[in-house]
Amino acid sequence: MKSTLYPYRFQPTRIRSELMRMLPISLFVVAFGAAFGLAAVQKGLAPLDTILMSTLVFAGASQFATLDMWGAEVSVIPVMVVVFAINSRHLLMGASLYPMLKDVAPAKRYSLLLVLTDANWAIAAQDYQRGNRNLEVILGGGLVLWLAWILGTWLGVYFGGLLQNPKNLGLDMVLGCFLLSMALGGKKSPRILVAWALAALASLAAWKWLPANTHVVAGALAGGVVGFFWLEEKPGKETAGETPT
Amino acid sequence: MTIDTTTTGVLVLILIMTLVTLATRFGGVFIMSFVRISPRIESFINTMASSVLIAIIVPMAFEGDAGALAALSVTAVTMLVLQKPLPAIAAGVFAAAALRYLF
Repeated sequence: MKSTLYPYRFQPTRIRSELMRMLPISLFVVAFGAAFGLAAVQKGLAPLDTILMSTLVFAGASQFATLDMWGAEVSVIPVMVVVFAINSRHLLMGASLYPMLKDVAPAKRYSLLLVLTDANWAIAAQDYQRGNRNLEVILGGGLVLWLAWILGTWLGVYFGGLLQNPKNLGLDMVLGCFLLSMALGGKKSPRILVAWALAALASLAAWKWLPANTHVVAGALAGGVVGFFWLEEKPGKETAGETPT
Repeated sequence: MTIDTTTTGVLVLILIMTLVTLATRFGGVFIMSFVRISPRIESFINTMASSVLIAIIVPMAFEGDAGALAALSVTAVTMLVLQKPLPAIAAGVFAAAALRYLF
């Protein structure tokens, strides 16, 4: 019964190999964590609080953004709005994994999502486009990214002087380059290219005219609309008839 | 509403940030569990997925400095030629570092 309800089976060896696959990127995450740790203590956060924040929140961009709002007292609503806006991309990322996650029992499903972040999601999403169901990368990759983020924060808090300016080494571009390589490594059909063009325009328009940090969601939804109205033609399916595959 | 950054105040703030972030991690999947996945919804999800990447990168390129632009263009070209992510990322990051060192 149970196995037919939630047929996804995790392969332990694959979890390990996905963990190793994410190691190179994790080194850069350590560097970023260090930059965050340093910035946070410079803003007056206690070392342990900073490490606790990285451990629990595990969302770099939003953590950096709230540092700008830190002081003797902090306004709660603006912090919540900024954190939600920056992290709202997770909503779409999670939703895009649903066709796979529905085959996992709810407790496991939501536990997996605890370590959902850009890098492991990007790999899982691209693998899915190629017809390869890979939730192992969410788990294995997510764990190693999470540990790297904590380790990096810890290093930055206590040995921050080691990495004063990660920008000089181009380290601020690692995630951008990684995500771009994932996008370009995926399928490129006219349908996808039209979706990307619309996503690019919408994200730029939102970035320019809409409230801050709404551009990712705006662009992604615009791209999704293209998919909603323009269905992919399945090979071997000449008509719209429901031929079983 | 403001919270003083005392010992407990900071902990409360961290907890609030954690819960908001968790809501974003869980929310999309939670909502989808009420949606019937038709081919149209699946098509929406699939184009949306790679559009997330584009919507992150394009504004990044526009607001970034010359180093950021160099990193992204070098990554794009290397990726399209080699089809291998790691060399593409390394080349992009190196391009940003080199440009920022030189100028």
